[in-house]
Order: sequence, then C-alpha cells, then structure tokens
Amino acid sequence: MKMMKKTLLAASVAAVASSAALANVSDDKVKIGVLADMGGTYADICGQGCVTATQMAVEDFGGTVLGKPIEVISADDQLKPDVGSAIVRKWIENEQVDAVGGMVSSAVTGAATKVTTDAKKIALISTSASNAFTTKACSPYNVHWTYNVVALANGTVKPMVEAGKKKWFFITADYAFGHALEGVATKVINENGGEVVGAARAPLGTTDFSSYILQAQSSGADVVALANAGNDTVNSLKAASEFGLTQMMDVAGLLVFTPNAQAMDPNVAGGMRTTTGFYWDLDDQTREWSKRFMERHGSIPAMGHAGAYSMTMHYLKAVEAAGTDDSDAVIKKMKEMKPDDFFSRNATLRADGRMVHDMYYVEIKKPDERRDDNDIFKVVSTIPGDQAYAPMLPECNFK
Amino acid sequence: MKINKVYVVLLLLALVAPFFLYPVFLAKLLCFALFACAFNLMLGYVGLLSFGHAAFLGTGGYITGWLMMNSGMTPELAILLGTVSAGALGAIYGKLSVKREGIYFAMVTLALSQLVFFIYLQAPFTGGEDGMQGVPRGNLFGMIDLSDNINMYYFVLAVFLFGFWLIHRTIHSPFGQVLKAIRENEPRAVSLGYNVNDYKWVAFTISAALAGLAGSTKTLVFQLASLTDVHWHMSGEVVLMTLVGGVGTILGPVVGAGVIVTMQNYLSGGELGNYLHIIMGFIFVVCVLAFRSGIVGEFQKVWKRNFG
Repeated sequence: MKMMKKTLLAASVAAVASSAALANVSDDKVKIGVLADMGGTYADICGQGCVTATQMAVEDFGGTVLGKPIEVISADDQLKPDVGSAIVRKWIENEQVDAVGGMVSSAVTGAATKVTTDAKKIALISTSASNAFTTKACSPYNVHWTYNVVALANGTVKPMVEAGKKKWFFITADYAFGHALEGVATKVINENGGEVVGAARAPLGTTDFSSYILQAQSSGADVVALANAGNDTVNSLKAASEFGLTQMMDVAGLLVFTPNAQAMDPNVAGGMRTTTGFYWDLDDQTREWSKRFMERHGSIPAMGHAGAYSMTMHYLKAVEAAGTDDSDAVIKKMKEMKPDDFFSRNATLRADGRMVHDMYYVEIKKPDERRDDNDIFKVVSTIPGDQAYAPMLPECNFK
Repeated sequence: MKINKVYVVLLLLALVAPFFLYPVFLAKLLCFALFACAFNLMLGYVGLLSFGHAAFLGTGGYITGWLMMNSGMTPELAILLGTVSAGALGAIYGKLSVKREGIYFAMVTLALSQLVFFIYLQAPFTGGEDGMQGVPRGNLFGMIDLSDNINMYYFVLAVFLFGFWLIHRTIHSPFGQVLKAIRENEPRAVSLGYNVNDYKWVAFTISAALAGLAGSTKTLVFQLASLTDVHWHMSGEVVLMTLVGGVGTILGPVVGAGVIVTMQNYLSGGELGNYLHIIMGFIFVVCVLAFRSGIVGEFQKVWKRNFG
C-alpha cells in the first residue's frame, strides 16, 4: 500500500511537472543503460542485481519523468574494458542512452567513463572500487556513488593501527585494483605510525594461496591485510585458516562484499573486520527496501545494488528538477540536491562527483551469533563520510 | 571471373554499409576479419595451427596506442610501427616455433604468447588490467579527422583491403604455391629441394605482421588497447572464426569473423547475454562435427556440385 501511494504520488508529480513546464527531453524518453558483469567473478556483486535495483528505482519513481517514459537497458561487459567501452559507445551513439549506470570492474569503468565523458553523458558508477574516477581520471560527468578504495582503507585500516596493530603484511591481487588498494592502505598505515613489513602479490584468480600465507606467517606482522576481492578473498582466507594464521595474527579483509561474506565459512571468517557502504539489516528503512529487493532478486542486496538504486533515484529526481535530460543541467542539479534515502546517510554529492556518505565498520558474525544465513555483519561503528573519503582535489572541482 | 564478380559485389556492399549499419561495429568487424585472414594464412595455407596469434594482435595494439598517446605521431605512422613491431616479434617467435609441427607447434606458440601476456600484464606502460585507455584517433596524414566514425570506417576499410590484397597476392604467388605444397606433403617439398623451415618462417612473419596491423587499427577504432587482445582466449577466438568461416578459403575468415563478431555484438546486449559462451561453444561443436569446411567451404562445395 505504501509502495502504491509512493508510485501514485510520483506519477502525479510527474504528470503535473510535464504539463506545467516545457519538458525538454531528448528523443522523448530518458534511457539508462546498466553496464554490469552478468556471468563473471563479480556477477553476484553487480550483475543482474544492479539491473533489478535500477529498475526498482525507475518503478518507484513512477516509470515516467517530465511526462516521458524511463527506459532501462542492460548489457554484459564480460569484465573486459574493450567490450564495455564498445557497448557504451554503441548505446550513446546509436541508442540514445542518456546516462550509464551499474559498472563493476574498475578497468571497465575506466574505459567506459572515457567514452561517456567524450560524449558528455553522465556516468553513474555504483560498484567500482578505484578512486581514480574522482581523482586522476576525474570528469565533470562522473558520479561515484557507493564506496572507493580510500574509504575502505580509512575504514578498516585506521582503527586497527590506532588500536596498536602496527606491523602490516599485504596479500595483494596482482593487478591495478589490488595495487591501488595496497597503495592507499599503505599510506594510511604510515600516516598513523604503523609500518608495512612486506607484501605478496598473487595473480587474479589464484586458488592455492599456501606460499603467500607462509610468507605472511614468517613476516612477523600483527595484521595480514587481504587487498583482493571476490573469490580471491574467500580462498586466501581459507588458506590462512588452514595454516593457523588466523590464530597467530589478525586478518583484515579490505574489500568484502556481502555475497562473499556469505560464501565464507563463519567459523573461519567470524570476527574478521571490514568496511562497507551499506548493510541490509541496519534499520527499518534498509530492511524495507532490502525485503523488496530480496523478493525480486532472491538474495540479500550487496552495497553495489543499494547504491545502484540510490543513484538512479537521485539522477531521476535531478532530471525532474532540471526540467530536462541535458547532461550539464542534470549534473548541476544532482550536485545541488542532497541525496537522502535509505542508502545515503548524511550524504552530499561533491563537485568532483564523489558521493560522500556514512560508511560502516563491520565485523563478520561468528556462527553462534547468526540468526540465519542472511545475518552476516554486526556494525562496530559508523564512519562519518568526511573521515572516510579523501578531500576533493582542486583540479577536480567542477563547479 | 566468377570470383572477381563476388569481390566487386562485396566491395560495393562494404562501401555503402556505414550508411545503414553502425560504423564502429563495421570497423570492428573488418579488424577481426583481417586478423582472421592473417591467421588463416598459417592454418589454411601452411597447415600450422598457431595458438598464439593474440600476442601479435596485442603487440600491434599496444605499440600503436603508446605511440599515439606519447609521441604525437600521425595515425598512419603509429600503425606502421605497430605492424613492424608485431612483425619483428613474429620473426623471432617464428624462428623458434616453425621447427616443430602439429600439437608441438601449437604449444610452443601458446607458451610464447603467454610470455608476452604476462609482460604486458606487468609492464607499467600498458596500464595492466585497466588497459591503455583514451588513445586519441588523431588526424590521418595530419589532415583527415578520424574522430568522425565514417572517416574512421573508410580508413579501416582501406587498411583491410590492403591486408586482404597482400594475403591474396601471397597465396597466388610462387611462394604461396610452395606453402601449399608444404601443407599437402612436407617430405615431398623437402625432397624437391625447398628449405621448408625458411618458407614457414617467412609465412609466419607475414601472418604476425598482418595480425599486428589488425591490432593497431583496432586500437584506433576503440581508442583502447587491453589485455583481452593478448589473452589466449583471443587466440582461440580467431581459430573459431577461421573454422566457422572455412579454413583454407580466402573469404572464409572474413565470413567467420562476421558471424562471430555479429553474434557477440547482438547477444551480449540481449536476453541471451549470459549464455554467449555456451552458444559460441555449441556453434563450434556443430561446425566441427557437421560442416568441417566451414560456411564458405560448404558453399563452394554446393556451388561446384550444381554449377561447376
């Protein structure tokens, strides 16, 4: 019923807006393309789920904006930058897409945002980790919503260093994302008086982590940080537990998505701390949305899913407020308006396109703490956005 | 005579196509068609299955991309140097691999191309997993603006026609006759006094250079060079294209590339996106089991039976 009301309200607002203002919508529709990984390593993190979340936002908004229909299309980037950029190019040049959403792998996003920037279209980045999109590769049309490597490092690493865990060892995914995460975390460690005693680089998709774990074991570190994601995190943690590393030192997962946390053995992963941009079981608001998402998608939402919903909603609101789908006008409105929903808490969208919001320092629950399979995290503390994210770079201030 | 008519019709189609279809898609298709033609020179005319051609595609792409971004060269020069680099790499790899045959040759080329893959994965100039992004297309000869998709397409078409002509010329030269002789019966070619390893080596180098040309051009089209181009999946994909189209026929790889690229293009966006690899695998199996000489090969057989 509540949902119904919302829809009606949104629809009537849209109807009024469209009849009142001279709506200026290109091609008589607002079209959002969702670029995601449908069948690869990150499919659980932002695959079909991101498409579903985006569609939910469109439906909750009423299906139309400024009297014109909103259309959502999607494609599989296969985690390849060339495939992703080709799809986005085709969408923009040939299929009248107004904004590109979804986006997982930072490599694909890097390539895709080059295309969107050249074409002056808005890129709504949900699940990519790299902080490059609002720093060295910043663009007036980039909007980076859910989290980034800086927030993860600040969230997870800082409290541990402050608590006296000074010596760190990294097990890093040996490609751009892992290096970036390790670099950012190293900076946080050094700034807070800790030191990095070593690092082992494991290729993406390693299944046997034993040699890396042995290096970590002999390093004499207080903490072993896993600067990897997805199955690599799951496998490295498993190896760490088999070698008894988890008893000797702390293990910090720098990027643990809910589906990965769910896949890990609670006996092993229980007690491990990490940082997330969203957790479904936070309060009534998050539970209400997450229940609806679960009904549609079948599993609990990861932070990227919630982010995809939230950013789509904000984009649509900005289109309505701007009275047009012209990218420059919409991005200006997006940055003026404060994002505020179940996902975006104490949030602002900065001029550089970074959405700064509260992050959560969480601990993976031990088996005896769990109610059911979906009961994964316990929130240790809330990290205010300005402490989690790095300040804006002057050259990325697109006012 | 009959074949020439086919060529004229195809050329006319290629000239008008960008006004009906998306030019970037067509340009991609032509790049892969050239790549498959280069590969077919080895598999179809020398009878050697190289499982490492991605190394040359990627090398051409990365070198051209790097030059475009850092040297301020015009595109034609960058492409030329990319092609030469791929050719040089091909000359080295060819020297090492042509001494072996069959499965051993395939394994040696695969191993060598994996070496290149890991170098590109780690080398800072390639950008690793991110790939080399935002390569400018530049102005052809300093005059024609390639950022216009139609201009780009006609440039790619010209490059493709050059590559295709070169392969056609090679196959129909005395040199090409020797290659076919080696394919049919290597001991006999040896007994006739030909130094077969040198012939194979030259063919391998030409094939590598043309694969590099395809990679260089592709980088300009997409303004991106990535690890996908050097990954062994790419070496496999070109085998698939050539087999589907018809191995050992000059137009086969073009048709095969057309089929595979079109499929990837349309399936990745639709409902069947998740099943892309399954569908491609299925087609491969059907192709190998049911029509071994590929689309063009089967077509030629039917033509010969009825009209020849």
